[in-house]
Amino acid sequence: MNELTSGAKLIQTSTDTTDKSQRSSTDDTVIRFEQVSKWFGDFRALHNINLTIARTERVVVCGPSGSGKSTLIRCINQLEHHDQGTIDVEGNRIPPGIRSTTVHPKNAAAVGMVFQQFNLFPHLTVLENLTLGPIRVRKLAPTEAEALAHAFLERVHIPEQAKKYPSQLSGGQQQRVAIARALCMEPRILLFDEPTSALDPEMINEVLDVMVELAESGMTMICVTHEMGFAKKVADTMVFMENGQIIETAPPERFFTAPNSERCQTFLNKILTH
Amino acid sequence: MSPLSSINRSSIKPSCSTALLTVLSRCVNNTAVAITLYIAGMGLLIYLAAQGANAMGYNWQWYRIPDYFYQIDEHGLIIGEIPLGLMATLKLSALCFVLAIGLGIVIALLRHAQLSSGRLIATCYLELIRNTPLLVLLYLFYYVLGPVLQLDRYSASVLCLGCYHAALLSEIFRAGINSVDSGQSEAAHAIGLNKIQTYRFIILPQAVKLVIPPLVNELIHVIKNTAILSVIAVAELTTLGRDLISDTYMSFEIWFTIAGVYLLVTLLLSLLASQLEKWYAPKK
Repeated sequence: MNELTSGAKLIQTSTDTTDKSQRSSTDDTVIRFEQVSKWFGDFRALHNINLTIARTERVVVCGPSGSGKSTLIRCINQLEHHDQGTIDVEGNRIPPGIRSTTVHPKNAAAVGMVFQQFNLFPHLTVLENLTLGPIRVRKLAPTEAEALAHAFLERVHIPEQAKKYPSQLSGGQQQRVAIARALCMEPRILLFDEPTSALDPEMINEVLDVMVELAESGMTMICVTHEMGFAKKVADTMVFMENGQIIETAPPERFFTAPNSERCQTFLNKILTH
Repeated sequence: MSPLSSINRSSIKPSCSTALLTVLSRCVNNTAVAITLYIAGMGLLIYLAAQGANAMGYNWQWYRIPDYFYQIDEHGLIIGEIPLGLMATLKLSALCFVLAIGLGIVIALLRHAQLSSGRLIATCYLELIRNTPLLVLLYLFYYVLGPVLQLDRYSASVLCLGCYHAALLSEIFRAGINSVDSGQSEAAHAIGLNKIQTYRFIILPQAVKLVIPPLVNELIHVIKNTAILSVIAVAELTTLGRDLISDTYMSFEIWFTIAGVYLLVTLLLSLLASQLEKWYAPKK
């Protein structure tokens, strides 16, 4: 966890310059987990998690299924509520225990998420999917929101699909719309929950390409993924989880060549040689 | 029905009885056979009714019935009592149905609420209303709530039927809301929509599509249930039928006609419901 200085290459993104409300803290830690635990009934999904993520850091979380990867990132935008410890997101403390349903409005705009199953709104067109948040949450004018939506559709390389419904698009296109939808909220942190796991193999790359471009733009990203090629290319930090615990945190150079733990070694062997 | 038939085809070995059933169902499904059977059945029923009526010396006066639909005299067309009664029934049904939809949505949302008191209220309401006979409920609203809240018979009956069907509709709405994938509200949460916005823009628009066909079916029940309001003499089709009979003593003709009018309206709505079901069926 001392390798986090790698996130120090602060790139001023377009997001940073447009958002005047952003606190200009000298501390570049944006997410901090302290002794976080979570139970689903008797099952301990997270076990004393300690993790610090710096601005513009790209973190890839991997591990066997059921290891708590998704739960970990879902706690960041409060889709799940942890039972112990504290989570700080951009200086806003999320207290444990209480099933608070209200997200801090600052957090709502600050943290975006891309889901495994895309979760596009099937009754809305692509454009409406993209403008709903900007209009209703960020209170942008519809024309402004549409301009924003078109700009981000351009950025995920599907500007021509704005008028279509999600069901008319391929899986890869849907996931790119989902990424654009998250970007339209101009978040400072983006969470990816196995974004390519539900895709046909030939569509994985078009989504990964968009994610690589995003990473290069200086977005703070936390990705749960098994795409180790992607991880090698963009990750600043690799996190390996098992049984709700973080087993290893290391920069990819060391993670892939000389992981400390044996469990991590066996996991990598399985995943890289399949 | 389709899962059953597929089970029949795949897992049960054809035996003598199933072979017979297949032949039978094929016969019945034949249009000509079906029509013949229908005419024979209906003919038998009508014959028996006519026989019985003859035996008791009933004086049929069908020729007087059209007058109750419309009359044409020197002043032009006069709309008869039956269409007016039907309009009253439809207006009453519409009022009850609108009230039931509003209240039903509130109850369905309360049952999903985070607050346990909200869930408790909704559950109590549902169980109380659903497990009371409608007629008893009507007496409660008219004879108990009516004097207490200064309700006239019309508002008491609208309130009664509205509350009764709200309980039934809330279950339909709840099923609709439940059938929207949880990923939808998660995605809404992820772009920062609050609970109310999530329901308004994401959950309800998707639930409505699933809910419309059963909703039309419930409307049919509302129309049929307005007939019960004749016991407190609210002006509607059935009350009108009773009044006509006490004037004319043509009980057979009038009740047949009233039943026919209800049947016509509800059949039309059933047709609409099955069409809607086809339109909203999940497209592959």
